Amino acid sequence: MCKFYGAREVLHEVSFAIRPREIVTIVGPNGAGKTTLLKCLLGLDSADYGEVLRAPALRIGYVPQQFKPQPSMPLSVESFLKLYGVASAELIAKLSVGHLLPQQLSSLSGGELRRVLLLRALLNAPNLLVLDEPTAGVDVGGQGELYRLLKKLSEELDFAVLMVSHDLYVVMASTERVICLNHHVCCEGTPQHVGGDASFRAMFGDELANQVALYHHHHTHTHGLGDEEYPHAHHHPHEGHHHG
Amino acid sequence: MKNIRTRITIRTRATIMDSLFALQSGLSASMDEFLLRALIGSCILAVMLGPLGAFVVWRHMAYFGDTIAHSALLGVALSLLTAGALPMTLAMFFVAITVAFILSRYTRDTRFHADTLLGILAHGTLALGVVLVALNKDVQVDVNAYLFGDVLAITWDDVGVLGALAVLVLGTLNLQWRRLLMATIDPAIAQVEGIPVARQQLILTLLLAAVIAVAIKLTGVLLITALLIMPAAAARYLAKTPVQMAAFASVVGMVSVSLGLYGSLRLDAPTGPMMVVAAACVFVLCALLTRRTA
Repeated sequence: MCKFYGAREVLHEVSFAIRPREIVTIVGPNGAGKTTLLKCLLGLDSADYGEVLRAPALRIGYVPQQFKPQPSMPLSVESFLKLYGVASAELIAKLSVGHLLPQQLSSLSGGELRRVLLLRALLNAPNLLVLDEPTAGVDVGGQGELYRLLKKLSEELDFAVLMVSHDLYVVMASTERVICLNHHVCCEGTPQHVGGDASFRAMFGDELANQVALYHHHHTHTHGLGDEEYPHAHHHPHEGHHHG
Repeated sequence: MKNIRTRITIRTRATIMDSLFALQSGLSASMDEFLLRALIGSCILAVMLGPLGAFVVWRHMAYFGDTIAHSALLGVALSLLTAGALPMTLAMFFVAITVAFILSRYTRDTRFHADTLLGILAHGTLALGVVLVALNKDVQVDVNAYLFGDVLAITWDDVGVLGALAVLVLGTLNLQWRRLLMATIDPAIAQVEGIPVARQQLILTLLLAAVIAVAIKLTGVLLITALLIMPAAAARYLAKTPVQMAAFASVVGMVSVSLGLYGSLRLDAPTGPMMVVAAACVFVLCALLTRRTA
């Protein structure tokens, strides 16, 4: 698919597939079009060219990046969840939110809110869970925990995971497939493959080398808008390279 | 202010004194019909403003509501310009809808924040309305009646319109309740869950425009927003759920308008502003009382 904002091409010939029970992470610098891509996939925005093909009976559970409960609305966690579906005792136990149910949504801490939102996304038994920056503002220990939880839930409840993330270290350790996005798919494959990719190293090399958990963007990788060619991205030895 | 006060005073001094006596001696049966009309009309208005006000508070639409209300004066002017060929309520409704449409169109992608555009439209339309009403030499109109309303001047027909509108507003909110809540809590999640979020916004805007157009006669363009947000905000202190907040807002609203009506009789003060003063007092009371217990 391609997506333009005005004359600016935010997504250029992006194409990939997500298979059942797979954990896929989209990485890329700020402004690489990650959130736009997610919006198109979720139907919150539409692609200018191309289309999103959904399996029949695809149910998506969505965990947004930013969720600010309105303090002006009195709403307990329990009634919040009830709006979207029925939370089974099993799910509540798995995400350990039982003690939070009577509390007001707006009184939760960041970590508690994240678990409640995750539970909410799982209410309609999705077969694809989409998370936008699930680890934003979570410390390294918490990130590892979150990814382990996602992996466990994905296996037990049988759903695929697609997330967008900034923090490479944990992503590389716990994802099955990485898609590196910078307006186009730079490279794609297992974390080991992608980690060895030239364009990927050009983008993320310093951080990986230093094993810095939180990625700070040093944009060594720029190309003029509307460029026909993306020179750095043309020598991929590995699978899944989508380039025009 | 002086204007409207004198007007009401002249028209109603005798009856006010009678009613005051009646109220004080507990003989509500002898309450004058126009007071009864005012009481019923404003209570019906308060009931529908309750849940609508809750959404205005939750969705940060206070200034939006204010802008629609201010623009209603332009509707008054248009109606007067057509010598009444365009009914006033209908004119206000159309102007309100137009302003709401302009807002939704232009708040998204400009170099200004929404509040700047709201301010321009609110005061631009209000000022234009005042100027047009004043320029219209054929009919002598007291602008104050439209700025601050005149609860005591409503007719049984007005009460009927209010009642019908209340059924429409409460019925729609009831039917759409879950969707409206979801769209309010998080539009993106609601959209992914298959809720038509844009339609929920449209429903609220239409209801708001309709209620404001009908309510202007009672409370005026300057004070209607107060009766939307004050009871809802007061109810926030008392409620544990969204439904409770909406219902309590209706009750707080009814108490406020009744107190306001009574106060305006006792003090011989303009009724609309008195109702808002009462609502503000109830809000402060709720805030203080819950602070002590919390």
